[in-house]
Amino acid sequence: MKECVGMLLAGGEGKRLGLLTHDLAKPAVPFGGKYRIIDFTLSNCTNSSIFTVGVLTQYSPLELTKHIGNGQPWEMNRSDGGITILSPYTAKHGGDWYSGTADAIYQNIHFIEQYNPKYVLVMSGDHIYQMDYQQLLKQHKEMKADATISVIEVPWKEASRFGILNTNEKLKIYEFEEKPKQPKNNLASMGIYVFTWEVLKRYLIKDAQLSTSSHDFGKDIIPAMLHDGLKLYAFKFQGYWKDVGTIQSYWEANMDLLKEDSELDLDNKKWRIYTNNSHFPPQFICGSATVKNSIVNDGCKILGGGIEKSILFRDVEIQKDAVVTQSILHSGVKVGRKCVLEKVIVMENTIIPDGTHIVAASSDDPVVINQEILEQKTYVIGGENR
Amino acid sequence: MKRLMGLINLDHEHHLFNELTYFRNSASIPFAGRYRLIDFTLSNIVNTGIEEVAIFVRNKYRSLLDHLGTGENWDLNRRNGGLFILPPDWNDPSDKSKGDLQFFHNNRDYFHRSNAEYVLISGSQFITNTDYKEAFQFHLDRGADVTLISTQVEKLLPEHERFFKVEADDLGWVKNITNDKHNPLIFTGVYIINKELLMKLVDECIAYHKDHFFVHGVAEKINQLKIQNYRYRGYSAFINSIESYYRQNMKLLCLEDYEKLFYQKHLVRTKISNNPSVQYKKHAQVNRSILANGCVINGKIEGSILFRGVEVHKGSSIKNSIIMQRCTIEEDVYLENVILDKDVQITKGQRLIGSPDKPFVVAKRQVI
Repeated sequence: MKECVGMLLAGGEGKRLGLLTHDLAKPAVPFGGKYRIIDFTLSNCTNSSIFTVGVLTQYSPLELTKHIGNGQPWEMNRSDGGITILSPYTAKHGGDWYSGTADAIYQNIHFIEQYNPKYVLVMSGDHIYQMDYQQLLKQHKEMKADATISVIEVPWKEASRFGILNTNEKLKIYEFEEKPKQPKNNLASMGIYVFTWEVLKRYLIKDAQLSTSSHDFGKDIIPAMLHDGLKLYAFKFQGYWKDVGTIQSYWEANMDLLKEDSELDLDNKKWRIYTNNSHFPPQFICGSATVKNSIVNDGCKILGGGIEKSILFRDVEIQKDAVVTQSILHSGVKVGRKCVLEKVIVMENTIIPDGTHIVAASSDDPVVINQEILEQKTYVIGGENR
Repeated sequence: MKRLMGLINLDHEHHLFNELTYFRNSASIPFAGRYRLIDFTLSNIVNTGIEEVAIFVRNKYRSLLDHLGTGENWDLNRRNGGLFILPPDWNDPSDKSKGDLQFFHNNRDYFHRSNAEYVLISGSQFITNTDYKEAFQFHLDRGADVTLISTQVEKLLPEHERFFKVEADDLGWVKNITNDKHNPLIFTGVYIINKELLMKLVDECIAYHKDHFFVHGVAEKINQLKIQNYRYRGYSAFINSIESYYRQNMKLLCLEDYEKLFYQKHLVRTKISNNPSVQYKKHAQVNRSILANGCVINGKIEGSILFRGVEVHKGSSIKNSIIMQRCTIEEDVYLENVILDKDVQITKGQRLIGSPDKPFVVAKRQVI
């Protein structure tokens, strides 16, 4: 028996990330110089001692499945529990794609039941944050709640962009409003829930019978629980949390890492972010290069030029006299001589020929390029990239 | 490659590493920003396709054990074969063996249990990035009993003195194994030997009270054994002293040499750490240097090698130095021609200057 089983929703397509999720799931999108977005949630599990985790995959799962492997980087290569990838499947009664977040869990009730847990932690693999789930679980137990939803205070003027939980002063939730025009509160749901399993199971089974339901936690399960007067509490999280839902927010979240006192601390030795590491040699910086306010990974060769406010993943090569600012270069990118890149996201293994200039205005969204787009010169500065 | 098994024999390795080997075996000295010396030998063995590797190590092996672990970083965490670390554990009361023959004698099982017919033996001080597939094929083709892997150096350096030299005829048959100071054809310490012969020679050495397998079992039997010389031509270094260690690290700051060592067919494997990528802050000014992940740089670095997790604060300047894992350099420090071992802390305003020929070495965990 496990006290708490983690269920990590990682099947999202992340449509608004455009080219970045063209052929990989949003949780597998590279982030922060050496990670993938899902590493933050998986590492939170490790650091919170939750070692029994089901990862629900659906959209373009190859990279993601390969990345997770047997869970060794997160110490989840265990014979008791550990990590299990849960893809949609067929069985005697047929089978179907996961039609919503709640449906994904519903279809894997048998997975959870194996461990006979008291609680189930539902997380999403789309967010960047460092959080101790044990604190959330502790509050859930203390309040004897049926469900506890992790929330973050957002600026009032932005509240209408989020799913807002209306609570009383003891943080008991009485109402959930998705993107309210006139928000009554500024506590936004982070998409992280702890449920008492026996209660959740009942609601999942009930919800599955409803043909009108969209089988979503936010839209269906939580409102149904509130309707029935269950004890739902909000758990206030303090710290960095970002949904990297769009190209702009993806770029911003990466740039946040470069801030002098970034709230998100990758160097926190007590809360390490784990990932699959490579065997690339340490980075080489040439005599004529300047690198400032940047993050650079193993295997990079900076043969000259200037790098500023940029993030370089592994095995990136920068030739002489190239100028790279406010850009994110994924693994294996080669930047030719005298290139100028400003506010550009360059996807894996793109080779940028000498003298290429791509500059996005600071007021525009960053430009995303890959080899194909570069060759066809179809990139649009500040616009849609497809 | 089931036919070949590996052995890294660290016994009898000469070294002059002073402070760097106070607490560790020379095979686990950190090198080139993120490696330990043994990583090169071990990677080469694994890249040859060898699936079982033993290590003979006599003392100061704690850091080596920690570094190698289960061998998973070299894909040696196998059900069959894999990594065997064999420190001294003698319990045969009739044991009369001496020197490294103690290891051979007390670990006969390792050799007998394997189906391999050949053994590749190596030390840890020959640094290169290769595999020995071609050398093994050469050994088979020539029908040799033993094949020595040698390399010709352009310039004889002090570190070469302690390695054997090879004299071979035009057909590659070895005629002499010497200590000739003027011979630039240097034995790398890597050789391939037929397993059955190895065990026979071990027995002979023990019978005659010998204490050094290679010297007495191979070099002295040059007239009885068919010994071939295989000449290796890739980039390589011999490291057995502080001086050669410093020089060979610094050599990698030349891009050509760095690429020759690291960007061959294979990547050199080492113990993985979970450090984030290097963070360059506002005042970072880094030139001609090698940096490993986990460093946080806010000072000036020139011609230096920084290992994982080094912090350099504002106003500090590091020149021609080697700074090992997790050192902290506080504000306004000046370091030149210095080697800092792991976990050293240099407090605000300090100046340490060594000479290019004799770098100033600070032992592990000192606060200065």
